[in-house]
Amino acid sequence: MDRSQGRKSRTETELDAVMTDDSAETAIGHRGLQLEETLSFEQGSPDRCGVDLPDPPKTGNRLGGLARKEAIGLPGLSEPQVVRHFTRLSQKNYGIDSGFYPLGSCTMKHNPRLNERMARLPGFADLHPLQPESTVQGALELIDTLAHWLKTLTGLPAVALSPAAGAHGELCGMMAIRAALEARGDSREVVLVPESAHGTNPATAAMCGYRVETIAADDGGRVDVAAFRERMGPDVAALMLTNPNTCGLFERDIIEIAEILHAGGGLFYCDGANFNAIVGRVRPADLGIDAMHINLHKTFSTPHGGGGPGAGPVAFSEALAPFVPLPYVVHDRDGYRLVEHADDASGTPFGRLKAFHGQMGMFTRALSYMMSHGADGLRQVAEDAVLNANYLLARLSPTVTPAFPGTCMHECLFDDRFLKGTGVSTLDFAKALIDEGFHPMTMYFPLVVHGALLMEPTETESKATLDLFVEAVESLAERARAGEVAYFQGAPRFTPRGRLDETAAARRPVLRWKEPESAEEAA
Amino acid sequence: MRYLPLTAGDRREMLAAIGVSSIDDLFADVPDAAHLSGLVDLPLHAGEMEVERTLSAMARKNVAAGDAPFFLGAGAYRHHIPATVDHLIQRGEFLTSYTPYQPEVSQGTLQAMFEFQTMVGMITGMEVANASMYDGSTACAEAVLMACRATRRGRAVLSGSLHPHYREAVATAVRFSPHVTVDALMADPGGTEDLARHIDDQTACVVVQYPDFFGRLHDFTKLAEACHAAGALLVVVVTEVVALGAVKAPGAMGADIVVGEGQSLGNALGFGGPYVGLFATRDRFVRQMPGRLVGETVDNEGKRGWVLTLSTREQHIRREKATSNICTNAGLCALAFTIHLTLLGEAGFKRLAALNHAAAVRTAERLAEIDGVRILNDSFFNEFTVLLPKPAATVVDRCAERRVLAGVPVSRLVPGDPDCTNLMLVAATETTTDQDIAALAAAIEEIL
Repeated sequence: MDRSQGRKSRTETELDAVMTDDSAETAIGHRGLQLEETLSFEQGSPDRCGVDLPDPPKTGNRLGGLARKEAIGLPGLSEPQVVRHFTRLSQKNYGIDSGFYPLGSCTMKHNPRLNERMARLPGFADLHPLQPESTVQGALELIDTLAHWLKTLTGLPAVALSPAAGAHGELCGMMAIRAALEARGDSREVVLVPESAHGTNPATAAMCGYRVETIAADDGGRVDVAAFRERMGPDVAALMLTNPNTCGLFERDIIEIAEILHAGGGLFYCDGANFNAIVGRVRPADLGIDAMHINLHKTFSTPHGGGGPGAGPVAFSEALAPFVPLPYVVHDRDGYRLVEHADDASGTPFGRLKAFHGQMGMFTRALSYMMSHGADGLRQVAEDAVLNANYLLARLSPTVTPAFPGTCMHECLFDDRFLKGTGVSTLDFAKALIDEGFHPMTMYFPLVVHGALLMEPTETESKATLDLFVEAVESLAERARAGEVAYFQGAPRFTPRGRLDETAAARRPVLRWKEPESAEEAA
Repeated sequence: MRYLPLTAGDRREMLAAIGVSSIDDLFADVPDAAHLSGLVDLPLHAGEMEVERTLSAMARKNVAAGDAPFFLGAGAYRHHIPATVDHLIQRGEFLTSYTPYQPEVSQGTLQAMFEFQTMVGMITGMEVANASMYDGSTACAEAVLMACRATRRGRAVLSGSLHPHYREAVATAVRFSPHVTVDALMADPGGTEDLARHIDDQTACVVVQYPDFFGRLHDFTKLAEACHAAGALLVVVVTEVVALGAVKAPGAMGADIVVGEGQSLGNALGFGGPYVGLFATRDRFVRQMPGRLVGETVDNEGKRGWVLTLSTREQHIRREKATSNICTNAGLCALAFTIHLTLLGEAGFKRLAALNHAAAVRTAERLAEIDGVRILNDSFFNEFTVLLPKPAATVVDRCAERRVLAGVPVSRLVPGDPDCTNLMLVAATETTTDQDIAALAAAIEEIL
């Protein structure tokens, strides 16, 4: 690899001069490959359309006198304008395809395009969810096969596939727990959540009508078992624990925690956001877990899509299996069948989480990913993910201050002690990394360490990429120590926009485009 | 393994740099009892060809909607999606990016979501919309919870003409809520329910569907007035968003919250998901809204740009006090929606709606000619209810044997209700041809 490519050949002072030189401004705002793009509404004309549809045939009108008469306000653009508009917008985004994206807790791994192709097979993509079962046997087989893989990987006997995202999966798991407790006449009121938990955990517990209490972490970043044992009591319905936790550490006392919880009559919810660290090597069932959601968009690589859609199936222990929500697939002599109503169910489902059967498009992608890796490849995924994170931890530890001693799992956590006295904040440091061509790590989460920097490299990064990232971090740390505060506060510089004013956006929210007032109206 | 860049040499070097002798040392915190020494009992890795072969074989066991005369609706609709949509959403910068938490490298997603919010506001006739929810049914559940927060009341009245899955999703979402109860009226194929009668001083909201589950169109202006007079909100649910190109906007009828399923624009049927939930409301409720919001701002040079905003409502800040536990939207599906609607534009969207209505009118007229078949609707957009002289589930199954996908038997969603046994929902769209209509009529005539 030509390591000199893209390296600056000018001195720092020359570069600064160019950046502040007015002659670097262009006539209309574009800068080479950085193309400005206005809103579609500002480009449209009512005379244009990007689709050719036939004239509607003359028929009667059955709209019951409710025909829409007023204008809607949509723009009118031709197809080439639309293509250019969204292509230019895409070029203002950073994706995994663009480069390293070590966003802790988000598992930003490579998204194979085979999965996209499989999800678009007409036999899956062009199926209506309410077609007769005889016409969708292959789709039900796919769902059943995915369920088999998830059950085998977790060691748990049942799986609910309908949750649409991780948080939705948490809701599914916690509702099953509450339904199971109520079924045995138990009205426990409290859910325990560690300090380091994702914000969705307490929010979910509250949605299920529980009071949330926080469990302290010990000095090593793990649940304080003594504190937990002390707090466990007949009012505790469940513990919600992420494992490996959000500090990137395996809860080494987890089996003991499960035993204390179960002995006290509580149930064990595990947030499976970090399953990538252990997939194929450790089965959650062997840790005493009763319910765990699996983010298919993390461990099993369905694309994040700029914020969804995801999928959050939940695996359940024997104790919770009867409460799995509707609908679900069963397989018998006559083939595959959907159980869609409580009357047909063998157990007592707690309800229905959403319309239809779940995120089928994500199921297809995830199964394609799982089959590509197989039992051997998935184990290798966990090992390489953990290896990459520990390599980053080891390489960066002399420069950046690790939050806890020892090794980590699939992500490594640092705090901001290395920036102490420099005037540079974690946020400034992250913004400067953008200029180095990397997506920043997760910042200020988990809340248990000061100025957190959480890095999750995933298994799909090469050693060369990690080495370049280390070089960039080291160089930035050096600049911070050298007192170049202004450099950091001015970052990022090489992006379509500089730092954006989030305070102004919240103070006076502008949440949609509006037609500018015409001159006469304004007057 | 084609997705894993580390070589055996890399791994050795990296273990040495870390200072451990084997990968097992990095899993030392896992209790011995939980260590799997061998592989789980699943097949080994496979190449693209093998995976493609296996999954294609499963896909071929299904009857794709495009391979048969097709008339299913009931909350999911088959429309033609321009080729441009799928091409653009597969651009890696859209497909493989995360939630736009770093706005300087996410202006593309943020601007597209700002356009999405604007368009959802326009078509629903509402002032403000969020950046999408999981789907229409979960958006509906969130609307009920929001109405309860906004009114500080705890009772939601659900119309019997609201999609049964939506009714179940709402009931499930509030099942363990100490503050919210649901009053779900009986399925109402006859169209006789009087919702205003169910409003009292504890009612947070009334939830109706437009066009309703049976395909009918209602003017909810009077109902909105009745709600407001009692201090309650009107929630209008739209499961076929293309209708909004042809009929009066819910916002123009006085709706306080409009939620919808956006699948019809840009998104394939996909056997039920992923879809895209729409959520729109009035400016005065914006801080009670669930879900992500994109707002306009400026950067350090005063240039216009976009950021996620009002996040103090959300779980990562508010934890157990958040407006919802939701932390994603349906980003890529919302993008597909936005691209499709941008291609259509004002003229195309209205024309698309007109084509849908015309196809449904022709289908209804033809089916009405069949002996013993009656169309129940006075009004409809692209879907209507057919009363058959036999159980609809049987007719639909027998049509499927003839490779005609005839419609949705209401009993599939409302089992055990004798008033619904012989009812079939039939939807037509711009993809419906005269030959499809003839094939449907012929199949039904033969079966009856």
